[in-house]
Amino acid sequence: MAAPAAQNKLIRWIDHRLPVFTFINHELQEYPTPRNLSYWWNFGSLAGIALVLMIATGIFLAMNYTPNADLAFGSVERIMRDVNYGWLLRYMHQNGASFFFIVVYIHIFRGLYYGSYKAPRELLWMLGVVIMLLMMATAFMGYVLPWGQMSFWGATVITSLFGAIPLVGDWVTHLLWGGFAVDNPTLNRFFALHYLLPFILVAVVMLHLIALHQHGSNNPLGIDKKGPQDSIPFHPYYTVKDLFGLAVFLLFYCAVVFFAPNMFGEPDNYIPANPLATPPEIVPEWYFLPFYAILRSTPDILFISAKLAGVMAMGASILLLFVLPWLDTSPVRSGKFRPVFRIFFWLLVIDCLVLGYIGGQPVNNMTLTIGRTAEVWYFLHFLVILPVLGKFERPLPLPTSIAQAVLKGGAPPATSRAPMEKP
Amino acid sequence: MAEATLHGAGNHGTGETRRDFLVLVTAAFGAVGVGAAVIPFIQSMAPAADTLALSTTEVDLTPVAVGQSITVKWQGGPVFIRHRTPKEIEEANAVDVKELRDPQTDASRVKKPEWLIVKGNCTHLGCIPLGQKPTDPRGEFDGWFCPCHGSQYDTSGRIRKGPAPKNLFVPPYVFLTDKSVKIG
Repeated sequence: MAAPAAQNKLIRWIDHRLPVFTFINHELQEYPTPRNLSYWWNFGSLAGIALVLMIATGIFLAMNYTPNADLAFGSVERIMRDVNYGWLLRYMHQNGASFFFIVVYIHIFRGLYYGSYKAPRELLWMLGVVIMLLMMATAFMGYVLPWGQMSFWGATVITSLFGAIPLVGDWVTHLLWGGFAVDNPTLNRFFALHYLLPFILVAVVMLHLIALHQHGSNNPLGIDKKGPQDSIPFHPYYTVKDLFGLAVFLLFYCAVVFFAPNMFGEPDNYIPANPLATPPEIVPEWYFLPFYAILRSTPDILFISAKLAGVMAMGASILLLFVLPWLDTSPVRSGKFRPVFRIFFWLLVIDCLVLGYIGGQPVNNMTLTIGRTAEVWYFLHFLVILPVLGKFERPLPLPTSIAQAVLKGGAPPATSRAPMEKP
Repeated sequence: MAEATLHGAGNHGTGETRRDFLVLVTAAFGAVGVGAAVIPFIQSMAPAADTLALSTTEVDLTPVAVGQSITVKWQGGPVFIRHRTPKEIEEANAVDVKELRDPQTDASRVKKPEWLIVKGNCTHLGCIPLGQKPTDPRGEFDGWFCPCHGSQYDTSGRIRKGPAPKNLFVPPYVFLTDKSVKIG
């Protein structure tokens, strides 16, 4: 089906040879979308916009940045002081990373609550986990580039994680460093990879979207679309809704960029890297704190040393998400109809917040105990509670269709041509 | 193609054809070739010749008084040199080695008992433990205390408490004279 509105001869000529207009029309205009999506569904498109924002600001920053251990810190300061609007580009990029993670974490928890990972959207979900892993790697390497104290020691701590691998650990860390400590070769390769990974990210996002459009968005009711009365075209209904969400997002984003640009940052990173002095407190960026808490809290497990066990637990906490679609045994998607699941979902949210808080605190007996409890709960939730819950929980009755639930009393299928009337 | 299909179908009962063998050999050959081609790429990431060339450091120990510690840079990272007091040496020897997480005698970690030379990176995640300056906290075992995740080392640089799995690494070194040492 070619773009039906294409009256223009040139557009028809192009579309016949390269069907871009058909594609846009099909995937962004008439694309049938559940009529009941709430604002929680805004965060996917917001994440996409955040990615574009990061790539755009990043490219212009790279034009003034020097990836050399002796020059990097100075070049970032030059961007801040001398380059026209350099301060703005850098603050947009630096805080953009934080906002990207905020948006993506909300997006992930929305998926968790509404069961968006369940059949037939397992691969869509798994691609999302790949995106999160790529984001983490990219963000970590980007944080190293200013070559401040936190950059250097964050890089040392995280790359040293690989030293925990039995037998080849040392070889792998030396390969990552290109030397025997984090140094100029490390900075060079991190810059190269920090520039590369976002484009790989774009490619995986494309796959994520292809998988999404195969079966369409999940929705707050978690039931499938049963006919045209359940959906409305993406444009203008959701383009407008997404734009409104974007405006709200920009409000928060600009407030931080202009009025509190160092809110998420660490003052220590404005001290040039010194390989002979560790800052008194090494804290990763806030978006890594829950995982950092898991890393630090894990004790010796049987014959596995605490270091290796910590690394394995941290890795497992993310890799676990890949198999989530098979761990959750309940056939009901939306948490709306799962009263017991709903309680555990909010407990998981609190658990992740607790882990994040503990990850930012100094290690002592108290934080260690809380951290371990929260860590155990995290794994318990995914490995025990979700599989068991699906077998024993009694879900509430599901509505027969989206239209029936949304329009109360039900819209007859014939009215499907008059979308979005008020109930 | 049709011929190949016919040929394949004709030998269906045996399950193997000459063509299968050729495909397999070609694929294996290609895989080995790609694998070999990957080696230079990976190796280019390993420490380069100039990095390796910087792998020795000479230190004059004359100014280091008993009880003092100095930090020198070797291979881009810190090396701790502590001129140990008799009390510290005694403490290091008084430990029951079997109870240690990484059992090593003090004698196996030093060449001269008064000089302890170890790499200054915590074996947990690479932070630099405190304990070099007189004002630093030295932990419960009079050695070093890592502020990052709370590992504690004794006066022989051995791990005693906290998450680190190994003792502080002893770099290769030789005493050139009584008062000078070459690390690396």
